[in-house]
Amino acid sequence: MSASVVPDPRPHGTTLDNPPAILVESLVKRYRRADRNAVDGISFEVGAGEFFALLGPNGAGKTTTLSILTTTLAPTDGRALIDGLDVVADAAAVRQRVGIIFQRPSLDKNLTGEENVRFHAILYGLYPYAPGYRLMAPGYRRQVEDWSELLGLGRDIFRPVRTYSGGMLRKLEIVRSLVHRPRVLFLDEPTTGLDAPSRRALWTYLRDVRATHETTIVLTSHYLEEAEQADRICVIDAGRIVATGSPAELTAALANEYLVVDADDRARLRAELAERGLDPSGDGPFRIDVSTADTHRVLRSIETPLVLVRTHAPSLEDAYLEIVSRAELGDEALVRASVADPTETPGEDDVDG
Amino acid sequence: MAETALPREATTHPGRPLPRRWRAELSAVAVIAHRDFVKLLRDRLRLFSELAFPLVLVLLLGPALQSGFGAPGGLDLTTFVFSGVLAQTVWQSSVLGLISLIADREEDFSQEIFVSPVSRYAIVAGKIIGESLVALPTGLGIVVVGLLIGVPLSPLVLVVLVPVSLAVAIYGGAFGLLILSNISSQRTANQIFPFVLLPQFFLAGVFNPIHDLPLPLAILSALSPLRYAVELTRNVFYGLQPGVAAPDMTPAPVNAAVMAVVFVAFLAAGTVLFVRAERNR
Repeated sequence: MSASVVPDPRPHGTTLDNPPAILVESLVKRYRRADRNAVDGISFEVGAGEFFALLGPNGAGKTTTLSILTTTLAPTDGRALIDGLDVVADAAAVRQRVGIIFQRPSLDKNLTGEENVRFHAILYGLYPYAPGYRLMAPGYRRQVEDWSELLGLGRDIFRPVRTYSGGMLRKLEIVRSLVHRPRVLFLDEPTTGLDAPSRRALWTYLRDVRATHETTIVLTSHYLEEAEQADRICVIDAGRIVATGSPAELTAALANEYLVVDADDRARLRAELAERGLDPSGDGPFRIDVSTADTHRVLRSIETPLVLVRTHAPSLEDAYLEIVSRAELGDEALVRASVADPTETPGEDDVDG
Repeated sequence: MAETALPREATTHPGRPLPRRWRAELSAVAVIAHRDFVKLLRDRLRLFSELAFPLVLVLLLGPALQSGFGAPGGLDLTTFVFSGVLAQTVWQSSVLGLISLIADREEDFSQEIFVSPVSRYAIVAGKIIGESLVALPTGLGIVVVGLLIGVPLSPLVLVVLVPVSLAVAIYGGAFGLLILSNISSQRTANQIFPFVLLPQFFLAGVFNPIHDLPLPLAILSALSPLRYAVELTRNVFYGLQPGVAAPDMTPAPVNAAVMAVVFVAFLAAGTVLFVRAERNR
């Protein structure tokens, strides 16, 4: 497999015998009459069973990437494989292998829950068409009983879905998207518009699905708390990948830990910190960049009486804001360098080879 | 939640033999059409609103022309307008039904259809059949009102109108598909109405005679796809209804032949363009 544009794009455990669930190479999409690429040469891999999050501000190219991976949009350049199948050349086979939860509700409001699921099952060739529920295959009807129990709907599964709650609609969509047992489930900002309890219930359910069926999950979101549960996060901005890594790696690499100290005699403290090469910033309280491991040593070494000591432990949100703000300053090399695989040289990583 | 119910029998494999693939495609066509029809039946407001405009024409325009112009050549203008509006409504219902795919594909279940493994050809076929079935109840509504206001309709005419109206609707579906494949947004779809549909009301002779037009208009009239649907409906109407004065009409076989050829051409071009445009946005 060729080297990729992005540092450390490869999931753990991917071998030649075990092709990645998703392989994206130098993917480009420019919409007609657009003056810049919506997706601008991105590459990444997602391993089977992995939970992968595409994170980025609005308009970063997340939904465009998802549309290409789910075959509804043709790429301008580059290629993408799902389960080893090309999304352009083997579109129908790819569609059979993916499920998608759309940003916008995709249930027919005038149809019942059961009809929405039935039409999906028929479209995916699981059961032959029959004009009514009672005429469907017995296997299907048994299945509907299971789903309705799972959803806690009972006979309500035969009522129009417009009578369902928002959380229930989303859950029904997920159950429906899993009917054909996709290898990869794409979720495009799935919890938009859901209240906190519904959101939590949804994630519990998805975790369970993943554990039971080893479904690969690809999520796009701008909610950080959702991405925090992912195995790996890929931050994308203006069509380019600006960072990839586990939530912990991104946080460690991009958001600095620091210490805030202050003293009544600020001049003396500043002089002392400068003398020890700690490079204090501000007019006080002073911020000094120091890792948690070194905090104790640094504090012990300060002789000026301190009146304030505060440690700052970075969150993923700090890391994300840092990544996006650096990327917006056009300082991609800096972002990349800071999370780069040590074997790759920053600056050469645009060359695919 | 311990159980994540999934099908016990996942029966689909990409390498399945051809007949099986065909069966799946036919099932998909049936389910797409079924969905359109069921949606209409559950959406009574839409059923009613689709009937409103044609009923205004049938109930007000026909009798108004009749009282203003009398009966030129013994022709009953209420009946003339009625037969034209019937064909035009059925045709337009499936044209607009197909065009609605442009807005739909970002909403409700249509998103699902586009990411499913069903071929784009099956989507087109299912949608044309579905929208044609949806057009029929609207046509039925107009016929019922026609009977109530005393339009002469023999049982034979009523029976033959069913397959003819279905043909008109399917023919409209192919025209809608061709329009759909050439537009990219709902905004464009709304803008073309005054240019593509409205002129055909007059060029096709929905409420006016077209067999004595000056040459430029006669050419435009011959180019109007709706014309042949209106004329074929009138062929049935006046040909099978004894004792009613008939207007000038192109013979039924000519209308049917033009419709068949145009249908095949629109369907082929529309499908190819649609499938291509769909992915190369």
